[in-house]
Amino acid sequence: MSIQVGGQLSSTQKFWRFVLYTLLIVFAFVYMAPLYVMVVTSLKSLDEIRGGNLMMPPLDPTFDAWVKSWSYACVGVECTGINKYFFNSFKMAIPAVAISTFMGAVNGYVLTKWRFKGADIFFGLILFGCFIPFQIVLVPMATILGKLGLAQTTPGLVLVHVTYGLCFTTLFFRNYYQAFPDELIKAAKLDGAGFFRVFWRILLPNSLPIIVVTVIWQFTNVWNDFLFGASFASGDAAPMTVALNNVVNTSTSVKEYNVDMATAIYAALPTLLVYVLAGRYFVRGLMAGAVKG
Amino acid sequence: MSSHIDRPAATRGGVLGWLQIHLPKIVLSPTLAITGVFVYGFIIWTTYLSFTKSRMFPVTKWEGISPHVKLWANPVWEKALENLAIFGILYIGIATVVGLILAVMLDQRIRQEGVIRTIYLYPMALSFIVTGTVWKWMLNPGLGLEKLMHDFGWASFKFDWIVNSDMAIYTVVIAGVWQSSGFVMAMFLAGLRAVDDEIIKAASIDGASQPIIYWKVIFPLMRPIFLSSFVVLSHLAIKSYDLVIALTGGGPGYSTALPATFMYSQTFTRNHIDIGSASAVMMLITVAAIMVPYLYSELKAQKGVRQ
Repeated sequence: MSIQVGGQLSSTQKFWRFVLYTLLIVFAFVYMAPLYVMVVTSLKSLDEIRGGNLMMPPLDPTFDAWVKSWSYACVGVECTGINKYFFNSFKMAIPAVAISTFMGAVNGYVLTKWRFKGADIFFGLILFGCFIPFQIVLVPMATILGKLGLAQTTPGLVLVHVTYGLCFTTLFFRNYYQAFPDELIKAAKLDGAGFFRVFWRILLPNSLPIIVVTVIWQFTNVWNDFLFGASFASGDAAPMTVALNNVVNTSTSVKEYNVDMATAIYAALPTLLVYVLAGRYFVRGLMAGAVKG
Repeated sequence: MSSHIDRPAATRGGVLGWLQIHLPKIVLSPTLAITGVFVYGFIIWTTYLSFTKSRMFPVTKWEGISPHVKLWANPVWEKALENLAIFGILYIGIATVVGLILAVMLDQRIRQEGVIRTIYLYPMALSFIVTGTVWKWMLNPGLGLEKLMHDFGWASFKFDWIVNSDMAIYTVVIAGVWQSSGFVMAMFLAGLRAVDDEIIKAASIDGASQPIIYWKVIFPLMRPIFLSSFVVLSHLAIKSYDLVIALTGGGPGYSTALPATFMYSQTFTRNHIDIGSASAVMMLITVAAIMVPYLYSELKAQKGVRQ
């Protein structure tokens, strides 16, 4: 806002700038600390962990814990590593994100450009679904998944994530298309373009930013979900978050903190990567998730 | 924005014409059906279950109000509500204050602002399970923070909150604030950037000092953002499940139980679907009491803008 930059800073101003930067850096260290701890712990041997402390860098860095986590760690009673669960999460997230994003785009299009009576009420009803505590749907969902033969399966989780992701994807696209000029669409319609043609040829090609935002938001939410995974697929089809929790809580004679941390890194890596590569869009999704378009 | 759009194809008549008119509704119908069944249908279903004799399996046999009575007589539920109050107030309060301070500091034309912002916000990309796992390790009394302080020479330092049933709930607050405050920072920063510079200039010409301008001019203008972040955080707090499970598992004992963990254990491990459902209904009512007025006012405001 208005502290002067450039020119002569008075000594009081210099002092306050110094305090300001110090505070910002201290906070940055606090926020980075857990990530740092996670990485260095995963690179240490158990002896080194016991002999040293949290912040000590690994004296003899080793990827043993990473290898063990990936291929040999015990998830419950089975000791074949977390690789299967890591891929489970992808098998779940990719279709769930693709389907919910596509449906959200079409919904947003209808709700803004082909408005019918009661559209706002329908939108309000859909929107409320974003914010229910999912505890209210667990038992009915488990029952239905059982009846459909989808309990303990990845397709079952895809169904669940599409269902409860739809309201967010619809919200994102609706808010985005609301600002899209109607004139262009009117003109296309006069030229005889129908419902789908307008969508494919006019709206979709102009939707890249919101598609990126929605895909990132959905991917982060689906990948990071634990409640649905633990409730509906705790066995072989378990997602990575459930596997991580199992690895940490599997009672072995020795507590292998390095393996726990390596597993946590595997669980964090995909969303962290998305965040680093496309942080701008990630933030936009967060903002849109707070309803404001 | 105009909502009426001509439909030239409708004049064609016949099946095609009918399709063209009703296509928008047909396209929307899967979502409406899904929402109707999986959201509203399930809400009714679970509410119904909370008045039945459902134990290990959901049954339809009516039991009346008794599961709700049992819920409110349950000491763990009482503890869960108390914890939710402590956790909710501290988590929302601290995350808001920290987020606001960070946003104001970052708004002072900081060099490398982008890098610092990225660092403050990255925890939001992590799963609560990852956050819980890491903080559990850092707060563990044997080898964690305590050992670190001892190595730094602070021999009397003791930090055993995570295994202390009176203090464990505060470790959930710490991890929760670490994860979410960056998000609050991002929201406030966006709000600060949206404040009209002219207003600030006018205030500083009137001789107001920097802190006064923030306190008296800028913050009041950001009221909608305070509201949004309050709604998002309270919503996260009420739903909190993963973080507690990964960090403390609800323990020691049931000292860090929250409504969400209570619901889960009643339903899936204690064979009391009736009581679990009753608690889920209470959670829904709490969330709805916050969300419905908020969504209503948001949608109304949007409509106002459109006309």
